[in-house]
Amino acid sequence: MITTAERTRPTRKKQHLRQQLLFLYLSHPSPAADTIAWSRFDGASTEEHGSGDGEQPPYPSVLAAMRDGWRVIQVAQQAPPALGLEHRTAYLAYEFVLERLVETTHA
Amino acid sequence: MHDRIDSRQAARFVADGLLRFDALVPDQLNRDVLAELRSERLTACRYNDARVGFDEYFADSPAYLAVLRLPQVQAAIAGLVGPEPEIDHCAVHTVPAGSRHAQVWHADATIDPRTEAFDIQIFYFPHDTPREAGGTLFLPSSHFRRVHEFSIGRYHNIVGQTPTVCPAGTIIIGHHGLWHCGQPNLTASTRYMVKLRLNPTVRQCGLFDRSDIDHPDVMSALQSHHRWHGVEARLEILQRLRLWRSLTGTNADVDLWLTRLENEPTRSLSMAHAAG
Repeated sequence: MITTAERTRPTRKKQHLRQQLLFLYLSHPSPAADTIAWSRFDGASTEEHGSGDGEQPPYPSVLAAMRDGWRVIQVAQQAPPALGLEHRTAYLAYEFVLERLVETTHA
Repeated sequence: MHDRIDSRQAARFVADGLLRFDALVPDQLNRDVLAELRSERLTACRYNDARVGFDEYFADSPAYLAVLRLPQVQAAIAGLVGPEPEIDHCAVHTVPAGSRHAQVWHADATIDPRTEAFDIQIFYFPHDTPREAGGTLFLPSSHFRRVHEFSIGRYHNIVGQTPTVCPAGTIIIGHHGLWHCGQPNLTASTRYMVKLRLNPTVRQCGLFDRSDIDHPDVMSALQSHHRWHGVEARLEILQRLRLWRSLTGTNADVDLWLTRLENEPTRSLSMAHAAG
């Protein structure tokens, strides 16, 4: 039910918190290591990010991103290689996930 | 013109997972293939379950067949997969004008556990492909990584990724494991690329011209670094060396990296003393 007070209150756009994710892949497991790959997923906009949409990493390292306000929510886990597969490579090994919460007027 | 690629080319293929030949196909042949594509005589993705030969498989697209018979293409095929390879499938990639869709990174197709045998894929770009037309984005030296098709789709950009910006008639021959993805086509023209996968029918050893095998460019290629490998660079080099050994029948090595790993002496102390 809308009260009289609410009807007369000045109109304000409601603010919502939305999450932005930044994946940084590093050259070794230290957060200070060089960025060798990256991805962005932006919950605060409808902008799509995808393969090949950038030429330079947004930050040279996870540490640099932290100093710009990004919060680390996952660091790369390290497990010993399976016996017999010590020299095999597959996915990018040192994946860090960072987040930032931003205000948006999108519902 | 040689009938097979040489050792330096083969070493670059082993290191990077691809060989690129710019503007290899003559203009008229490019135009003839484009006509086949536009009239859908060469179309879609066709698997060669019946295992028919090249003439029968490409009976409706003689211009594309002529591309495959160019001496440089034959030399690459002969040097990498050998005589009488079998067609696996041919896929025509058509990206409409104005398409903003960026395909996610992937490798073709399922995880492939083979360590020595490999297929090749021939990527043919029949018209000029500027960056705004997309082209295929490749990640050189990703071919040893065991991933399952789109399971790498979370990655957007990787240092060293290389868009295929090329003149008409360019051909890239890639290892089956090479990571790649199609790019948006922001031009007003349809973009075409024809991909053909070939399977070897012989053991891939001694196939390329080894008269230059001692050329310093060979070992230089096998030891080359890609920044995105990071701390895994030596692991990639070990895998290159193992494949190179298999392709050449040699015990090639870099600074004893493989040799020391293979060193598990069986000679006892008493035998050593007796010998001394």
